[in-house]
Amino acid sequence: MKKYSVFAIAREAMRGHKGWEEQWSSPEPKKEYDVIIVGAGGHGLATAYYLATVHGITNVAVLEKGWLGGGNTGRNTTIIRSNYLYDESAGIYDHALKLWDGLSQELNYNVMYSARGVMMLAHNVHDIQVLKRHVHANRLNGIDNEWLTPEQAKEFCPPLNISKQARYPVVGAALQRRGGTARHDAVAWGYARGASARGVHIIQNCEVTGVKRAANGAVTGVETTRGFIGAKKVGVVAAGHSSVIMNMAGVRMPLESYPLQALVSEPVKPVVPCVVMSNTVHAYISQSDKGELVIGAGTDQYVSYSQTGGLHILQHTLDAICEMFPIFTRMKMLRSWGGIVDVTPDRSPILAKTPVPGLYVNCGWGTGGFKATPGSGHVFAHTIARDDPHPINAPFTIERFRTGRLIDEAAAAAVAH
Amino acid sequence: MLLIRCPYCEEERPELEFRNAGEAHIARSANITGESDDDFEKFFFIRSNPKGIIYERWRHMHGCARFFNAVRDTVTDKFIMTYKAGEPKPAKVPGVAK
Repeated sequence: MKKYSVFAIAREAMRGHKGWEEQWSSPEPKKEYDVIIVGAGGHGLATAYYLATVHGITNVAVLEKGWLGGGNTGRNTTIIRSNYLYDESAGIYDHALKLWDGLSQELNYNVMYSARGVMMLAHNVHDIQVLKRHVHANRLNGIDNEWLTPEQAKEFCPPLNISKQARYPVVGAALQRRGGTARHDAVAWGYARGASARGVHIIQNCEVTGVKRAANGAVTGVETTRGFIGAKKVGVVAAGHSSVIMNMAGVRMPLESYPLQALVSEPVKPVVPCVVMSNTVHAYISQSDKGELVIGAGTDQYVSYSQTGGLHILQHTLDAICEMFPIFTRMKMLRSWGGIVDVTPDRSPILAKTPVPGLYVNCGWGTGGFKATPGSGHVFAHTIARDDPHPINAPFTIERFRTGRLIDEAAAAAVAH
Repeated sequence: MLLIRCPYCEEERPELEFRNAGEAHIARSANITGESDDDFEKFFFIRSNPKGIIYERWRHMHGCARFFNAVRDTVTDKFIMTYKAGEPKPAKVPGVAK
């Protein structure tokens, strides 16, 4: 892998940019690997990257039915934060946040992580109680989060409407300054480039159609649209389709898949300097470096794999955005899209070994997995390499739904699910 | 937005009038305190989440307010049929090979 640097740009400028190499190779699948990762999204590619860099396991294939980063990795609103309520969640999300800081240098790839601050609005007494509880819980866990008055919120985000006559008046806000955004595609590309350079095979257009198990139950490989590929260890990181893959191995999951929508506006000059989220009205908004407003909406109410959602879901979110930011009432929306998110009953992910020997699963990130990408890949690689969870993901088992030891972020997450 | 036929009102109405109420035909045990942890997990948390034909409950919240069941394709979101609560799970679904 040739390093990207200012000197590389100068060198290539001198010779007509003919020397740039492919960022990752597209090899033919081998008959057998040490580890197969199902799903080349951010989490899967990060897992492969850390398997190679941290654990020295490079005989790895990442199988992707479509193209790399073409699922939820390329369909999310790129918000990064770690202000979750419970200790277990704080542990895993802040582990990720610490990795975001410095990720561009580590990958030698600009993932454009921008700690511009994530501000969550309170609109009523209940919001104040919940958000203040978060602020205190976060600070006990060493995670920055602070309480703002409406005036301070307005100062931090000038276009915000804090009029008392507003339909959803702003009565306060919680601000995590280390939160922010990153360039989602670059995250997938950067991890893919880093993994590929270390010998990981990234195999696109290769759909897994079955999971093979030996007589003793252990995994022996996967059937794909490009033939059987053997491996003693298989990690399923298939987002909305995780339960479909796990069913192939005979494991029924506590998951349901829903469409989640997002949309972007026409690009305009810098106007929203941070990320603004609102639980009560269910809207979140930030501005990309290209100038588009990036707006996240809610999930549809029914199970679906359609990658589209109802128009009324978007309308509801835009109603709220226009109330909070009257300045945007005449903005034109350019594009909207839907991704399929796998939601667990307690709204916390599952990163764990499974009842099937050699089968591992990293799923259930629901509506907010992007922020966790580096941390999730890091601890999942540990789980696969050592056949034992990292202390950070040890609580995120499948068995918690039998024992009742849930990590119940359902009511604690920033936005209503 | 989906167009849903309520089997009680016998009318197709917009999705806004309805609430989805999750997977259908999951029977609560008559002896819930005697359930094993495994069985309770299956009843309470494990869902089939199919890519394809799903049997699900809906409630006509802003209409007759009654629960009913539906068969829908989760890939196309098209409803295949709806039927009243308490009716058995259809053995044959029109237009679906089994």
